Amino acid sequence: MTNSLTNTARVLGAGLRALLALTLLTGVLYPLVVTGIAQGLFHDQANGSEIEADGKVAGSSLIGQQGYSLRYFQPRPANGLGQNSVNTRYELTVSGATNLAADSKVLLRQVEEAKAAVVKDNSVPGYAVKPSQVPADAVTSSGSGLDPHISPAYAELQVHRVAVKNDLPVRAVEKLVEEHTEGRTLGFIGEPRVNVLRLNLALKDLAAKK
Amino acid sequence: MGPVTAGVLQLLALTGALALVHVPLGTYMARVYSAKRHLRAERWIYRGIGADPDTEMTWPAYLRGILGFSAAGVLFLYLLQRLQGVLPGSLGFSSVSPAQSFDTAVSFVTNTNWQSYSGEQTMGHVVQTAGLAVQNFVSAAVGMAVAVALVRGFARSRTGELGNFWADLVRGTLRILVPIAALAAVVLVACGAIQNFSGIHEVGQFTGGSKQWNGGAVASQEAIKELGTNGGGYFNANSAHPFENPTPFTNLLEIFLILVIPFSLTRTFGVLVGSVKQGYAILATMATIWLGFAALMMWTEFAHHGPALQAAGGAMEGKEVRFGIGGSSIFAVSTTLTSTGAVDSFHSSFTGLGGGITLLGMMLGEIAPGGVGSGLYGMLIMAVIAVFIAGLMVGRTPEYLGKKIGAREMKLAAAYILITPALVLVLTAASMALPTPPHSMLNPGAHGFSEVLYAFTSASNNNGSAFAGLNANTDWFNTMTGLAMLFGRFLPMVFVLALAGSLAGQTPVPATAGTLRTEKPLFAGLLVGAILIITGLTYFPALALGPLAEGLA
Repeated sequence: MTNSLTNTARVLGAGLRALLALTLLTGVLYPLVVTGIAQGLFHDQANGSEIEADGKVAGSSLIGQQGYSLRYFQPRPANGLGQNSVNTRYELTVSGATNLAADSKVLLRQVEEAKAAVVKDNSVPGYAVKPSQVPADAVTSSGSGLDPHISPAYAELQVHRVAVKNDLPVRAVEKLVEEHTEGRTLGFIGEPRVNVLRLNLALKDLAAKK
Repeated sequence: MGPVTAGVLQLLALTGALALVHVPLGTYMARVYSAKRHLRAERWIYRGIGADPDTEMTWPAYLRGILGFSAAGVLFLYLLQRLQGVLPGSLGFSSVSPAQSFDTAVSFVTNTNWQSYSGEQTMGHVVQTAGLAVQNFVSAAVGMAVAVALVRGFARSRTGELGNFWADLVRGTLRILVPIAALAAVVLVACGAIQNFSGIHEVGQFTGGSKQWNGGAVASQEAIKELGTNGGGYFNANSAHPFENPTPFTNLLEIFLILVIPFSLTRTFGVLVGSVKQGYAILATMATIWLGFAALMMWTEFAHHGPALQAAGGAMEGKEVRFGIGGSSIFAVSTTLTSTGAVDSFHSSFTGLGGGITLLGMMLGEIAPGGVGSGLYGMLIMAVIAVFIAGLMVGRTPEYLGKKIGAREMKLAAAYILITPALVLVLTAASMALPTPPHSMLNPGAHGFSEVLYAFTSASNNNGSAFAGLNANTDWFNTMTGLAMLFGRFLPMVFVLALAGSLAGQTPVPATAGTLRTEKPLFAGLLVGAILIITGLTYFPALALGPLAEGLA
């Protein structure tokens, strides 16, 4: 009995020493070296790809924002986004999805209401949006709740509304969307997309110049 | 080009990249595990441990090393979380509750990375980098060590010796995981993944004002999270979060990292047993299942059945625009056919059948290609069983790689394939029968049942992904998933190592005209069939109540 106890203690001790040695390597040296290289070579990216406008930070080009007025292009819904429930000395956004099922009545209602709102908001005199025109990304929440992009189809659908609200010619807004549409990487990786923050910053500039 | 074509091309590009890399990487890993010399840094570590890396171990000694190391890991990670409130460098985050600390400690040590917490609001810099990320490395290295020990069991004869655990652990970490992870982390940063220690800081917003955002060593953790088939996200949204997975290219890169070691280990196996053709048969089996699952997943997700998805006009709920349905489908299949559990899209909102495919991937035992190490040893156990079935058909004593598969070997292999289903089905049934656990379900009906089934399938198979609507941060789920992860990780390892010891002690039998040629396509076909039939028979009733009921409604 004492023998097996000392054996257990010996193995545990060896395990602990191995863990500490490997923690020094993979938990201290490795992250510090990677951080050093990252901060040296890719300073902007390593710190969150922030975009400045008028000398102020307007956000990260990688993180979608909510709360744009109807003058601006609207992002995807983010019904899965949460607020922190612990460590409430901070006000943190907790990324996430709705996790609602394909046959969920709650999700069905969210989708139908979103679709009705997209149709209503974007139908302006001389341009009526049909429900069948509304793309899927416009009425569904993304995985992170922070999707910075919308599909080119959803951006185009908003062009007339944005033009009217900003008193800009439709063609000028269309051109803006085209300029901000990214294709697939190497022609086949990922999906075509429009970065909402970049597009809205350009729109703000255009409207200000007018 | 349409999204379907683009999805298929991405799958082909991945296949091509893996085909290119698996030969040199697999051969390199074989050399690492059979090298005679030690690096200077390795010698320092062995001195620190107080272990002689050249001492050969029998299987019980090898197992003791694993259990001692893992127990120390659980203890250390538990204490780190419990003490977070007083540790510097922790953003002032409070300590984690006992049940959640236990669950998380077990989860990361067992290579599961099931998370009942949200990273951005719970874990500070110290726990993330010096606790969680460390286990991402070492739990992966432990898995590879066990796989290599089993391969040595096949390769060696008339000996009880399986190698030295400390040497395998340290070499796997230093010579394989760290260099690849460091390279991948830098590429991820270049594409936009963050890597800083700026804590929680204010970031200005377009509409004015600012928001509080987490900084962190994200890219360094992301790289090993995928490479070590771990899956525990820095952020709650895991690899859907743009700071973890910023572009369509990083999405493909992350899938590649998930798959590269498990597929390459088939080459390592082939080299170590002295016949690369044997490795190709295992590789072909894994690749067939992976490609088949990916094709099925794309088909069902592009078809987007289910009332809410039909109303939306596409299965984009829980998916990011930049990855699209193709990239999300390939990621989902790759993460559940390995023991990863990272997600770039949320499985709970997939079509009913799509969710079922992710579940089935884990139920196969995560062997196509499976977790780092655990995929290879799981697949070799299935190969032993397939050889046995073939032996029964022709009435011969089965043998594999020149080793007899006798009563002892079969008992160990059978115990291996029974333990995980037993954990999954018993714990799911108990959760459904008890009064309170069902309150954790987010969705009603068949999907709610799938949430619970998914939780225990994921925990017992050490995957870590979830139908994340389930509120798993309760004492019941924290404790039971914790136990499922522990037993699901270490009991199978006991059987694998015992089998390895028994094989290593045998005298090889020479191949004759009647020997089943296990390097031929016929055997790969038999193996695929055995895997699908055994899993189907085990899990069909449970699958029928959950995803099939939802998908066919």
